[in-house]
Amino acid sequence: MAYSEKVMDHFRNPRNVGEMKDPDGVGKVGNPVCGDIMELYIKVKDDTIVDAKFQTLGCGAAIATSSMVTEMVKGQKLEDALKISNSMVAEALGGLPSQKMHCSVLAEEALQSAISDYRNKKGIK
Amino acid sequence: MGRIYLDNNATTPVRPEVAEALGRMLKGCYGNPSTLYCIGQEAHVEMEHARDVMAGILGCNREEVIFTSGGTESDNIAVLGVARANRKKGNHIITTKIEHHAVLNPCKALEKEGWQVTYLPVDKYGMVNPEDVERSITPGTVLISIMHANNEVGTIQPIAETGKMARARRITFHTDAVQSFGKLSVNVNELGVDLLSASSHKIYGPKGVGLLYVRKGTKILPIMFGGHQERSLRPGTENVPGVVGFGKAAELMAAEGRSEEARLLKLRERLWEGIKANVPHVKLNGHPTARLAGTLNVIFEYVEGESIILSLDEHGICASSGSACTSDALEPSHVLAAMGVPPEKSHGALRMSFGRENTEEDVDKVLEALPKVVEKLRSFSPIYKDFLKQQTA
Ligand SMILES: Cc1ncc(COP(=O)(O)O)c(C=O)c1O
Ligand code: FES
Repeated sequence: MAYSEKVMDHFRNPRNVGEMKDPDGVGKVGNPVCGDIMELYIKVKDDTIVDAKFQTLGCGAAIATSSMVTEMVKGQKLEDALKISNSMVAEALGGLPSQKMHCSVLAEEALQSAISDYRNKKGIK
Repeated sequence: MGRIYLDNNATTPVRPEVAEALGRMLKGCYGNPSTLYCIGQEAHVEMEHARDVMAGILGCNREEVIFTSGGTESDNIAVLGVARANRKKGNHIITTKIEHHAVLNPCKALEKEGWQVTYLPVDKYGMVNPEDVERSITPGTVLISIMHANNEVGTIQPIAETGKMARARRITFHTDAVQSFGKLSVNVNELGVDLLSASSHKIYGPKGVGLLYVRKGTKILPIMFGGHQERSLRPGTENVPGVVGFGKAAELMAAEGRSEEARLLKLRERLWEGIKANVPHVKLNGHPTARLAGTLNVIFEYVEGESIILSLDEHGICASSGSACTSDALEPSHVLAAMGVPPEKSHGALRMSFGRENTEEDVDKVLEALPKVVEKLRSFSPIYKDFLKQQTA
């Protein structure tokens, strides 16, 4: 098993890592397979994600996909952000080893959960 | 940047003297040891010299040493071979929850064939209670298999105690000594074992070669069938260069005696003291004293093992982990689980295992890198953040 250079880059220098003050939406998810945890925070303005940050306890793939998904959602309309799938995140990282694909599910679920948290808070169905 | 190899329980670098012996065999000694003409006999003599070395270390007769393709094969022959030979006598095996998969999986395979297997628990240090072994014996028990030293945490079992009991009860007793052979005393009579597995690549020998000691008179059947090599218990032309390399490696280990053990112990304690002093929220896994000199298994709370390994690799440091994320099965270490470590803690386990190439300088370099690595990963960790908030609340 080996990670792509892009995965290692995001692992080494994760983008947008850390807690966000007063986030508009928070997604907290756990990976049932291995027990890893990811938290994704978003700021939303005019239905657009203007900022995203994350905190992740997990393997290299979990950290890299977390980092990548924050990059991918910034500037996206919420409805477009909801279309981002785990395989799109993995692809953007130059692929993941097959036994590590499940780690990218964490990123997709955290994003979905952050957006629905935002919508719940706003009372949007 | 020089590499610091701290994964000697996984495998070890081949020693120069062993590489030399291997080269000599590969280049100049190609004969089949089962043949009668000179080059066959040369190979035979070389191989039998290795067998004598092993017999010396084990305190047994040369005929009782069977060369195999490694620890896994030795364990499989021991477990499956004894079970098959004793089918009429009973259908129960006793082993432990912390065995290597090379013992656990043949036991599981036997369960599918109708065998009963008792997997004994261990205490928080990874120690099996010999009284539990005795209590688990049934009239149908035909084999007890307990590892000598554990590969993940290094805990050393009181094999001799169980050996005495097993002999009195006339039950065949096997020990997986893959991690202890060449390091601890493995005299088969002192240990009281009927079978013992060892592997070459854990003691600076080549990979793909090992041995099984089989006490004379032990009821055992082969699991592979073919020629008459290795008393037909392990048929097939022997890996002669491998066996010779293994012999050389074992000879060198025996010549060193316990001095290397003392050196490794010093390195290990230097590292552990340094970790304790520089990294908060750490916990030692394994027995405080009854433990392999070179093994240090530590839990770094609030971080995940694979991410530590990847980060250490960036600093040229090679180590291993008990985290679910590093195993293909995505299950946390069964050894730590048996020791009562909950999955969220074993997540942050790191195993550093020392060998003959390691120096004090290596330890100091690790102590420079490791605290930074853990601190960085903790800064990403949502549960560390929650923990800190709890502290200040
Ligand atoms: C305790 C133990 N048993 C068995 C084995 C398997 O040995 P081998 O790699 O030679 O098949 C190992 C090595 O990983 C081990 O540590
Ligand atoms: S998140 Fe645990 S294996 Fe990747």
